[in-house]
Amino acid sequence: MKKTVFFGALTVAGLVAGAASAATLDDVKARGSLNCGVTTGLVGFAAPDADGNWQGFDVGVCRAVAAAVLGDPDAVEFVPTTGQTRFTALASGEIDLLARNTTWTMSRDVDLKFEFVGVNYYDGQGFLVPKALGVTSATELDGATVCIQTGTTTELNLADYFRTNGISYEPVPIETNAEGQQQYLAGACDVYTTDASGLAATRATFENPGDHVLLPEIISKEPLGPLVRHGDNEWGDIARWTLNALITAEELGVTAANAAELSMEPGNNPEINRLLGTEGELGAMLGLEADWAKKAIMAGGNYGELFENNIGENTAIALARGLNAQWTDGGLIYSPPFR
Amino acid sequence: MSDTPVTYVRKEMLGQKAPPTSEVGPVRWVRENLFSSPMNAFLTILSLYAIYVVVSHVGPWLLNGIWDAESLTECREIIAATGDGHHSAACFGVISARWHQLVFGYYPSELYWRPILALVVFLVGISPVMFPSLPRKLYIVTLAAPLLCFWLLWGGSIWFPVSIALGFGVGVVAHKLLDENVSALAAIIGAIVLPLLFWLYLAGPIASGLDSVIPLGIEFVPSRSFGGFMLSIVIGLSAIVISLPLGILLALARRSDLFIIKTCAVVFIEVIRGIPLIVWLFTAQLLLNYFLPPGSSFDLTLRVIIMVTLFASAYIAEVIRGGLAALPKGQYEGADSLGLNYWQSMQLIILPQALKISIPGIVNTFIGLFKDTTLVVFIGLFDPLGIASAIRATTEWNGIYWELFLFIGIMFFISCFSMGRYSLYLEKKLQREHR
Amino acid sequence: MSTLTDPPKPGFRLSQLIYDTRYRSITIQVIALVLIVGALWWLVNNTVNNLNALGKDFNFGFLSSAAGYDINQTLIEYNNQMSHGRAAMVGILNTLLVAFMGCVSALVIGVFVGVLRLSKNWVVSRLMAVYVEGFRNVPLLIWILLIGAVMSESMPQPRDFRGEDATTSMILGDSVAVTNRGIWIPRIGFTNSISGEEAVAPIEGATPVASGGADWLLVLGTFALSLIAMRFVRMRADKIQHATGERPKTWYQLMGLFFVPVGIVLFALGAQIVTPYLKGFNFTEGTHLRNSLIALWVALSLYTGAFIAEIVRAGILAVSKGQSEAAAALGLRPNRTMNLVILPQALRVIIPPLISQFLNLTKNSSLAIAVGYMDVRATLGGITINQTGRELEGMLLMGAFYLALSLLISGGMNYYNRSTQLAER
Repeated sequence: MKKTVFFGALTVAGLVAGAASAATLDDVKARGSLNCGVTTGLVGFAAPDADGNWQGFDVGVCRAVAAAVLGDPDAVEFVPTTGQTRFTALASGEIDLLARNTTWTMSRDVDLKFEFVGVNYYDGQGFLVPKALGVTSATELDGATVCIQTGTTTELNLADYFRTNGISYEPVPIETNAEGQQQYLAGACDVYTTDASGLAATRATFENPGDHVLLPEIISKEPLGPLVRHGDNEWGDIARWTLNALITAEELGVTAANAAELSMEPGNNPEINRLLGTEGELGAMLGLEADWAKKAIMAGGNYGELFENNIGENTAIALARGLNAQWTDGGLIYSPPFR
Repeated sequence: MSDTPVTYVRKEMLGQKAPPTSEVGPVRWVRENLFSSPMNAFLTILSLYAIYVVVSHVGPWLLNGIWDAESLTECREIIAATGDGHHSAACFGVISARWHQLVFGYYPSELYWRPILALVVFLVGISPVMFPSLPRKLYIVTLAAPLLCFWLLWGGSIWFPVSIALGFGVGVVAHKLLDENVSALAAIIGAIVLPLLFWLYLAGPIASGLDSVIPLGIEFVPSRSFGGFMLSIVIGLSAIVISLPLGILLALARRSDLFIIKTCAVVFIEVIRGIPLIVWLFTAQLLLNYFLPPGSSFDLTLRVIIMVTLFASAYIAEVIRGGLAALPKGQYEGADSLGLNYWQSMQLIILPQALKISIPGIVNTFIGLFKDTTLVVFIGLFDPLGIASAIRATTEWNGIYWELFLFIGIMFFISCFSMGRYSLYLEKKLQREHR
Repeated sequence: MSTLTDPPKPGFRLSQLIYDTRYRSITIQVIALVLIVGALWWLVNNTVNNLNALGKDFNFGFLSSAAGYDINQTLIEYNNQMSHGRAAMVGILNTLLVAFMGCVSALVIGVFVGVLRLSKNWVVSRLMAVYVEGFRNVPLLIWILLIGAVMSESMPQPRDFRGEDATTSMILGDSVAVTNRGIWIPRIGFTNSISGEEAVAPIEGATPVASGGADWLLVLGTFALSLIAMRFVRMRADKIQHATGERPKTWYQLMGLFFVPVGIVLFALGAQIVTPYLKGFNFTEGTHLRNSLIALWVALSLYTGAFIAEIVRAGILAVSKGQSEAAAALGLRPNRTMNLVILPQALRVIIPPLISQFLNLTKNSSLAIAVGYMDVRATLGGITINQTGRELEGMLLMGAFYLALSLLISGGMNYYNRSTQLAER
């Protein structure tokens, strides 16, 4: 790391975070906390509660990575980013990991020099309309006013969709989800479009959620996942395999409640043992401690628990697992084996 | 003449008649002030109508405000239960539930005393500058205030600010020694170079060394926890305080006879002033890391403070340039005739006077800057507006607007209005003194 | 002293660079130049290194690739297949539009309020004081958000205008629709358009109309010629007045020149008023002033207007009372006193701070981000940067645009200022 002593001194004061160097892992360990980029506030995925503690599905991923690396799920600095600021925050090294329902696209992966470490939510772009409008299909939206978050893939999908269908629309660009919600509820736009999960989360906070419907059309594939900077493969591996550990844990039935117990008394399922670090040296391969995955799972539960607690059917957001069920249940959530 | 009484001549004066009611008291006032001409009458009625419309709409909403609701739904239920369905009412419950966030952001609540104490220290530090009648001993606080406030706000080891302060000490000592033993020029160079070297290479080890020997400090609070009005004040005040010396140098450079220095100052000032603050903030967020050596990355809040400081220094430079220009030429000539060199004449004669007449302008610049700190919401910092949208993003207070805007607006109004009055008072006082 | 008797040594000593005032200034400048160039080189070098580390290059090729996103308010033709450069141009024009509209209305508001604040009418002057203090002491951003929220929260939706049981209706003889998506006002279309744009019937069964830049250029050109002709008429009247002492009546000529040529051109083009009407989700036809534009425009004008009001007030107060008394003593009528004595003097005080207010307004128009107005910051500095990852190039271009605009405005205004300034002794 090329830092003058002065910057070192400022680091002592906690104001300068050495980052953007080759080894993000070293930086995170030296700093003692993980800088994790999240949304400015989307209930269920990432939003600060009344005490300023961040809660949500994406937040769970951040905490799991922090727990795996530092052993402490609370050693996370949440950096709120908008659709427009998230990539530069990651590229500039301000954040180590971006977990902000970001769509995995080729140009982002290749041209913007990022590395997606997996998919934590399979989504698609949908349309939310008031029931009173009497619209049943997106093709009936000719001439409608559409609220859309700028700087997202949804903006481009929307332009493509309306162009291919030969219908016109009036875009109302908005900056944050809160703003979009205000405009939509006030009727300043007929339609609010973003990822279907985000729409469900937004609708859940309405006064009368029943007055609004999601149109059946899903106009795009939106695989959402955490991403890191290109070029630091060790760090990318840690993020990727932490996410995989959460997924595998659900598949194998390891939960936040029984992870400690299972690692105290190793059973005879070798994959569980390898996952929890009681067998093999998977942790050392990543440069982490043997029980890294156990800590990650105990941070907020396995993938299924994170889903259920934050956005699942028993929460206000009430998203069904759908595509995001384990592959064993007919979904797309599939982790490579821990071997 | 005879003694015949002249009965038709009144001997005693009549008592004064009361003036016609239209010429006294409120009626006259109203007639002369409000209805002196048809145009005036029209304007009066129009204004009264406008006031009526605003008051009749906003008044009940304000007065019926609900202060003790825990969420917007609860608040709406209370309104529905009490009102007749027509009257709206404000849900000030959001203020009573979340005022601490609007003021302090996510600063740990048990540590609220620290920013408050920092503000007090700052006010005490600035008081001898603002009110010259106070004892001059207070200037000690003024000197210590920046580092003390910094330490109170962010916390951490006390040795870090101490080692920074030591750097200034090194500078002062070097200046004194070199001035006495070598030469004035060497003294100036030494006073600049030695502290820099000290900060670059010694301050860090000294701070961490002392810290490992005597770990003295208070809990560290990361900049991310700063928010609300506290953040606005921190950004605004630190930018103004740091930009003052920069602004003075820039103003002197712009008035200098040296072509290259003057050109550089003009280019810097005009470029900064020609581009909106929001573009500079995005620069701080997106580009500042490109300009720094690879491997260094500042905290976003610190980057914003750096950028806002540079921004403010250009404006302060223009204010001080105005002050320099307002000094009568005789002052410059007088300094020259005393045989003072450039820096001596600036330090002893010109700047003390120029700065004094620039204070109202500096205060006005600060008001503008303080209002502009709301822009940091666009780069993801939790200023009052950022906190307001974070509050709005929670399930309890989803969809609440006016109450939050009202609260933030009133807070800004109170602080900016009172500072504006202070600057007016100063201007008047300066005018009196110059007569 | 030896220096007095010894002749000065010829030649040059190194110490002269520091101690001789003739050379010292050069020394200082050279050192400063070296330091500044060094600092710049350091910054550029760091940037190059950082870009290399990220595997990025520095080129403006992205400006010609397809933008892919839509913009709602476009003054020139644009669709999502056009280039990022075109999108930036659309944004630049939108910035210029709102800045121009804001400057004009802020000036009008400022002059009005500044004069009314000096009024003897207590209610009016108090009310104006409340307005001025209220707007000056609360951040502009809050006003923009507030006015935006008022527009979108309290105006009716377009669908409220529909059907038998419409809860609201259009105003001004069914020609203006005020909705929470903005205001639709009538526009002018030409049946014999010369712009070459395809004529479309605004509503079924109506005559097809078109309107393009060429039409408006013709109308405005004619109007400008009329104004020049009016000036000639006035100059001729002045000459006659100088010569004979009597001013010929010119008002009918002036009125004729003002209205007739433009009227003829409009008639020849077949000008028609096209009123908006409700179709589908929204109103159609007419001109759509979007919420974002209105909120930004109103907030900018009210905010800057409050500052201009103070400037105007100070300017009027700065003209000493003796001036108007002297003018009265010369026998000037009150309005001539105002025009010939007070205003010219007040203007000299008013114009320099007014320039800086116009500059502020132009720069503040970048707060468009708060209401989603698609200005240059939103297109070039926002979506384009985000979709292409070219933050360095995009920010440079945007900074250069704002800088050029500011320098242009202040340059132009300074030129005007110099021409109105008194020649000082």
